[in-house]
Amino acid sequence: MADKTMTAEEVVSRLASGMTLGIGGWGSRRKPMALVRALLRSGIGDLTVVAYGGPDVGMLAAAGRIRRLVTAFVTLDSVPLEPHYRAARERGGFELTEVDEGMFQCGLRAAAQRLPFLPVRAGIGSDVMRVNPDLRTVTSPYADGETLVAMPALRLDAALVHVHRADRLGNGQCLGPDPYFDDLFCEAADAAYVSCERIVDTAELTKAAVPQSLLLKRLAVTGVVEAPNGAHFTSCAPEYGRDEEFQRRYATTPWPEFAARFLGADEAAYRTAVEVWRTERQR
Amino acid sequence: MSATRAEYCVIACAEAWRGAGEVLASPMGLIPSLGARLARLTFAPDLLLTDGEALLVRPDGTPEGWLPYRQHLELVAGGRRHVMMGASQLDRYGNQNISCIGDWSQPRRQLLGVRGAPLNTLNNPTSYWVPRHSRRVFVERVDMVCGVGYDRAAGLGAAGRFHRIARVVTDLAVLDFATPDHSMRLVSVHPGASVEQVREATGFELAVPDGVPYTREPEAAELRLVREVLDPQGARTREVPEGAGG
Repeated sequence: MADKTMTAEEVVSRLASGMTLGIGGWGSRRKPMALVRALLRSGIGDLTVVAYGGPDVGMLAAAGRIRRLVTAFVTLDSVPLEPHYRAARERGGFELTEVDEGMFQCGLRAAAQRLPFLPVRAGIGSDVMRVNPDLRTVTSPYADGETLVAMPALRLDAALVHVHRADRLGNGQCLGPDPYFDDLFCEAADAAYVSCERIVDTAELTKAAVPQSLLLKRLAVTGVVEAPNGAHFTSCAPEYGRDEEFQRRYATTPWPEFAARFLGADEAAYRTAVEVWRTERQR
Repeated sequence: MSATRAEYCVIACAEAWRGAGEVLASPMGLIPSLGARLARLTFAPDLLLTDGEALLVRPDGTPEGWLPYRQHLELVAGGRRHVMMGASQLDRYGNQNISCIGDWSQPRRQLLGVRGAPLNTLNNPTSYWVPRHSRRVFVERVDMVCGVGYDRAAGLGAAGRFHRIARVVTDLAVLDFATPDHSMRLVSVHPGASVEQVREATGFELAVPDGVPYTREPEAAELRLVREVLDPQGARTREVPEGAGG
């Protein structure tokens, strides 16, 4: 069976400008930040990003890599409004497809099921219909005759997600309380890249955790990257919480300055830069 | 034992869940959270509460269920939930905006995004909490309709059949939509606030019945719960300071 382990750089080498990229997690929670950082170090841009947005979106927007964003919100959770996303949006830095959270989920489901759309009640009557003139409605063919939104499939060229454990084959395990929509992102994508806190033997996965924690099936996973602390500075409960102090630093530093200091040459350089910053703060 | 403005707000929020039965209370913000837990501990004992993350919890924090975001969205669609959301803008028919200020195509001020407001308003009872009652929030027309108001829901046919906006609670008053055309109506003002003050802080003409009562007094047991059990640190006063709006 194929060993799917690779580095973050190898993942990025398989991505290309112009792609539609789904990013898992939710707000500032369990975002595949190591993969996003690798993406930021590359020259890849012109992306359609599909995400329940957090700093992944903020950073990519600030760096000018997004052509179109598909989302229901962008937030840093403890910092309600994502400053870099806001700035980019207010200067008209990219196109936006703004849909409701439930519509977004339907779009991922439709893609995972190879359907052109799924019907959903959400959106009807709201300005989501006005700002998305391509959205169509569908009439129930049954006696109720209800008019529903035909939420189009959010098919992805690639998905990036971060989980707690994975084996080399691509079976991914979520040990946190909320899987978010990471399995759907993987199933909606032509290629799914999973970073994880630790790669373990397959047998190890169910030694200390219930089988229900096996969120990602290897048939939906293309590559596995071992990335300890790979969600930093977002949360990866229960292994670590959000790095609130560092997130505040991110939120209050002009993007070019933040990128110059913290993106570095690779993930090791990022970790070193964060350590140096922390030491400075503690002095 | 006289209640503070923040405590009247907690009581007014709690009342949103009176008679709700065995449904999920989804409060957003501190005062609605205190209200939901107060309701659960007193007159709405069948309410379900979340820890704000992926668990359903009893008031003491004991988990009694799992509700990750994906299931939460399903539950919304199923309707067995009463949410109390925030609103950056709200109009007389209850259209709500949390997405952006100004023209959506290039907003003056980007806010959160529509989040789940369209799903909420068409599927489960929805209330709103506005900690600063002002003309900036209560506007003639919202810039982006996220939560659907009564005027829009009226034209939706079958898709609007679950639409209900129960109440709006602010730092000054309680409002609802119990008028013939479902435009916003003043239900009560919190002691210390006046009808005139509410009118002044509202950017559209409000339905004001004769003899608007004061928001009800909390019972001694309710006040004790708020002060000693639910919010002993007094965080509520930071959200609604004493003398708010006055």
